[in-house]
Amino acid sequence: MSTTTDTAAARPAASVKKARPGGSSAGAWLLATPLAIVLGIFLVIPILMLVIVSFLDYNSVQILWSFVVQNYIDAVSSSATWETFAVTLKYAVITWAITLFLGFWLSYFLAFEVRGAAWQMGLFLVCSIPFLTSNIIRTISWIPALGRNGIVNSVLLHFHLIHQPLTFLLYSQFAIILAFVHLNTLFMVTPIFNSMMRIDRTLIEAARDNGAGFWQTIVNVILPLSKTGIGIGTIFVITLVMGDFVSVSIMGGGQSASVGIMIQNEMSQLQYPAAAANAVILLAIVLIMVFLILRVVDIRKEL
Amino acid sequence: MTEKKTIDRRGLLKGAAAVAGTAIGSGAITGFPTIWAQNIKNITLRQFGTGVSNLNDIATRCKADTGITISMTAMDTDAAAIRAITQPNSYDVADIEYFTVKKVFPTGRLQPLDIKKIKYYDEIVPLFKDGKVTPTASVGQGTAPCRVSYVEGASSTKFAPSPTEWMTLIPTIYNADTLGIRPDLVGKPITHWKELVDPAFKGKAAIINIPGIGIMDAAMTIESLGLMKYADKGNMTKAEIDKTIAFLIEQKKAGQFRAFWKSFEESVDLMASGEVVIQSMWSPAVTAVRSKGIACTFQPLAEGYRGWGGGLGIAKHLTGLERDAAYEYINWYLSGWTGAYLNRQGYYSAVLTTAQKYMSPNEWGYWMEGKPATAAIMSPQGQQIAKIGDVRDGGSYYDRIGHIACWNSVMDNDRYLIQKWNEFSVA
Repeated sequence: MSTTTDTAAARPAASVKKARPGGSSAGAWLLATPLAIVLGIFLVIPILMLVIVSFLDYNSVQILWSFVVQNYIDAVSSSATWETFAVTLKYAVITWAITLFLGFWLSYFLAFEVRGAAWQMGLFLVCSIPFLTSNIIRTISWIPALGRNGIVNSVLLHFHLIHQPLTFLLYSQFAIILAFVHLNTLFMVTPIFNSMMRIDRTLIEAARDNGAGFWQTIVNVILPLSKTGIGIGTIFVITLVMGDFVSVSIMGGGQSASVGIMIQNEMSQLQYPAAAANAVILLAIVLIMVFLILRVVDIRKEL
Repeated sequence: MTEKKTIDRRGLLKGAAAVAGTAIGSGAITGFPTIWAQNIKNITLRQFGTGVSNLNDIATRCKADTGITISMTAMDTDAAAIRAITQPNSYDVADIEYFTVKKVFPTGRLQPLDIKKIKYYDEIVPLFKDGKVTPTASVGQGTAPCRVSYVEGASSTKFAPSPTEWMTLIPTIYNADTLGIRPDLVGKPITHWKELVDPAFKGKAAIINIPGIGIMDAAMTIESLGLMKYADKGNMTKAEIDKTIAFLIEQKKAGQFRAFWKSFEESVDLMASGEVVIQSMWSPAVTAVRSKGIACTFQPLAEGYRGWGGGLGIAKHLTGLERDAAYEYINWYLSGWTGAYLNRQGYYSAVLTTAQKYMSPNEWGYWMEGKPATAAIMSPQGQQIAKIGDVRDGGSYYDRIGHIACWNSVMDNDRYLIQKWNEFSVA
């Protein structure tokens, strides 16, 4: 993108208009129209409706058409809301840290240790095999493994490693984080792997020739050059975890809250305005997080 | 030529159907609509409701008996209430619970049902009319069906305190719920609701995670412990809600609960896997655990049961031939086969006299009279759920339905309840 602008600037003024990206020529508008329509119908209008509904009043059966800010007052004045957001954020941060660690080293292995493009792609596809089933099924399938009489406890008891079944394995924060890591690691691996594959191998050779050790190469060469991938992976993981309600309710056994569950509870009681207010707050928080990530990482470089 | 003829004939049929429809709609033709049976055969009614009664077996049998096609959608209790209110044109027949009616009917999404068109109206159990199972029984607290059974007129949305000629739903199904236990794992007799929070079952208890129902189970437990007495468990004051939620949070923090379940299947899995030994449960979930060969008791408790009931309502938009078909369907529903089918799953049917004709004396004795089974008792799916000599948990119909302490409810403070329930969820 920047290349185009530079070239255009170097040309005589008359042709600048034509070559400028996003220019006013009919062709450019025409090309942008389909996406604008799709985004308008499926993104802008629903979000506008969400915001409007969040300012409406309601009773136990229906939305009442009068403008109120009570939904937001209810939300922010309740300690439950703050605690729920805090818990959800905690899940997001822990999941992010673990998936980042796993994603970075898995990608490193695929990109730099595995020789030959065919092997690299083959092993990368192996990583995606779990994604052939739905994420609900992948979550539920942990239950027989982790339960009081599940596989893990049976094995540990059999080898006399424990005397009482471990109950923290299921319906606990441990179980929730485990499921999140399982579900989201690939979203970290894919963009980081993609970034690493673009790193010019001669840079690494140059680092070595200049006497850099393994860790120095990682920290000073590979990590900065994978930053865009890490940024994209972070956005995926954070937004997915922040909005989740299925994994938390299945793995937490209903014992743990998340913003998604709170919104779902409100909707199931027909309290749409309250749910909309919480959704708007959640959206704002996630957008701020994404904005901060974009301040640190220039994702455009990747595109 | 051929094409033209076909169109003509189709047009003619349409015209005839329209005339017939108008005739019925205008009230020119009254009485039982069997004369239109040929037309009714081609009608499809869209029904939604909870998984307990939206069963394909019922739709298949209805098609065979009446020719009416019922297209069923099963969903959970909350989703059914949302559908009833927010998508009134997406269904013709609503199979919903009475506490949902308290929310749905005032919105005008359903039309009152004319009892004169209900063939078995006189035989519907009194529970849905004056609320009394026996002349001496008291009506339980909460949204008892009789409190929302009738409205004041043909186009009214105002509930009538005593029977009128217009019903909100025609009742079909009801039951008395209690705690389910694993008799092989609890290690002692369970007699009171307070045993849900017995420290002996720490980490092995569960309650239902639907606010309006879960809080009721908690209230039964609190009363059983003697901590508090509620004026009406089905319509708590804010102070009562605060105290009840505080109690639940205290128990949760102490690690009493293993899980909070939301769907039928979750409750079955929790019990069958041994994660939980005592919990809120529904009768068919108990049956489902038993049909896996695992001991499970729907334990009657001294303080009584939590009751619920459901029925069929007709959408406001339904008129003419389709409305007649809906009445025909409801009359078929009460005529016995379905009642027997529901009774065999441990529920009760609204018209017992017709259901009895479709059940063997052994089945009737076991399910309704609390007598020991004289032969193996099978579920409608053909799995054995009781052997010779077994007696139903809780005994006879009158012993169970006569001891309902409170009914599933919608509280006046339900907005507040949801806020507090969210606090409990996050605690």
